[in-house]
Amino acid sequence: MAKHIVSTVAEIPPGTRKLVEVAGRSIGVFNIGGEFFALRNRCPHQGAALCTGQLGSAVTSPGPGRYEVDRAGEILRCPWHGWEYDVRTGQSWFDPKGVRVKAYETAVAPGSALVPPATGLLPGPYVAETFAVSIEEDYVLVEV
Amino acid sequence: MDSPGSQAIDCDVHAVLPSIEALLPFLPAYWREQIGQTGFKGPTGRWYPPGLPTSERPGLRPADGSPAASRVEHIQRDVLGQAPHPSHAILNCDCAVESLHNPDAASAVSGALNEWIAAAWLAADARLRASIVVPSQFPELAVQEINRRAGNPGFVQVLLPVRSEAPYGSRNFRPVFAAAARHGLPVALHYGGLPGNPPTPVGWPSFYLEEYAGMTGVFQTQLISIIAGGVFDEHPGLRLVLAEGGFAWLPAMLWRFDKNWKGLRREIPWVRRPPSDYVREHVRLTTAPADAPEDPAQFRDVVAQLGSDAMLLYASDYPHAHGDSASDAVWSGLSAELRGKIMSANARALYKL
Ligand code: FES
Repeated sequence: MAKHIVSTVAEIPPGTRKLVEVAGRSIGVFNIGGEFFALRNRCPHQGAALCTGQLGSAVTSPGPGRYEVDRAGEILRCPWHGWEYDVRTGQSWFDPKGVRVKAYETAVAPGSALVPPATGLLPGPYVAETFAVSIEEDYVLVEV
Repeated sequence: MDSPGSQAIDCDVHAVLPSIEALLPFLPAYWREQIGQTGFKGPTGRWYPPGLPTSERPGLRPADGSPAASRVEHIQRDVLGQAPHPSHAILNCDCAVESLHNPDAASAVSGALNEWIAAAWLAADARLRASIVVPSQFPELAVQEINRRAGNPGFVQVLLPVRSEAPYGSRNFRPVFAAAARHGLPVALHYGGLPGNPPTPVGWPSFYLEEYAGMTGVFQTQLISIIAGGVFDEHPGLRLVLAEGGFAWLPAMLWRFDKNWKGLRREIPWVRRPPSDYVREHVRLTTAPADAPEDPAQFRDVVAQLGSDAMLLYASDYPHAHGDSASDAVWSGLSAELRGKIMSANARALYKL
């Protein structure tokens, strides 16, 4: 397992997502209110690009005709057959224990912590994917 | 199907109204005069052509020409007096009160039918129980009728024709389910009904065969509607009986319903579990007709696919005959324990007998 630098924080404002390639996998990185979450971009049902689906609320109901919405933007719907997943955990709505999409640990780190100016090198276990790291920016890391 | 010790309960036996005259003693004066003078023959509950065995098994018609199953003696002789010698029988009186457009007439006839059932049948034999006939097209009046009958312990469920003018899960029917639930009565959806609209979702069929074979689609539509509408979420204690509609179609419908629920459940967020869970908890089906495979191994598979041994209720469907493929031989292929549940225990739990 290594922590991969996948994006600057500025590139994924709250409510948006970025699809990245990490270690040969397509992964969606989501910013929910400043917190970052990463999910495998592959629906466990039939393999759709899950992380391209719509983000919506958690919809619950105390009884017929009553609709309650909560956690706006935290529920991801598969573009193919509409299965819903919790972006925070990767668990499916209809079977949280049995059906889930792989969720990866994320972290945010300042460029200065990733590239000590003294050496200009990336200290392990960080892996820069496609871009140079600047000490001026904050970065999103995904552990794969 | 045999049953040890006469513990069997026959969950679908028909009490046939011989003619509207039988109701006259139970009708209010206005309707007695009105019906007597206009020659109104009453609604007909003959879903099946009268000469066919689906209406009446050959040879059952009494010498006086009255319909089979129109007197308590017929049922004592042909049902209670025959194998499996049921300890109880549940009477369903098909009478198309839902075809009456006058709400007061529909209410009066329903009330008289229930009075007739109580007097001519329930009071005549303690082994009989009955479903409450309601003017289902007028939900408020149906609720009044349920409230009137619920105090008589001989009435053990509410009868709705499976054909209705709108799906039963729609909100306008909700008071009927609420009343049944309040009184602890199951609701039975029974083959047939004359609500005025066609018996298929695509219009009027040309042939009786189409209507008869296609009725399973109506059962499916109603079951899907009731679950999607949240009837069981509102009434967690409610039980639904599907009578005279077969049961072998159910597993395939549930596979589809569960699959679609996963992706569309946001529309009906009150439905929190897979539809098949609701069906197994809340729904019961009578065994006649079964419309199931004749091969015993395939038959066992279909019954296993129902996913619960609490769902089937033995029924003779007297006096109807469906030429059912599920012979005694295939039923005998089920385990003794399961047969005991189907013949007796499931109905005892449902009707508290
Ligand atoms: S592939 Fe995602 S719901 Fe079917």
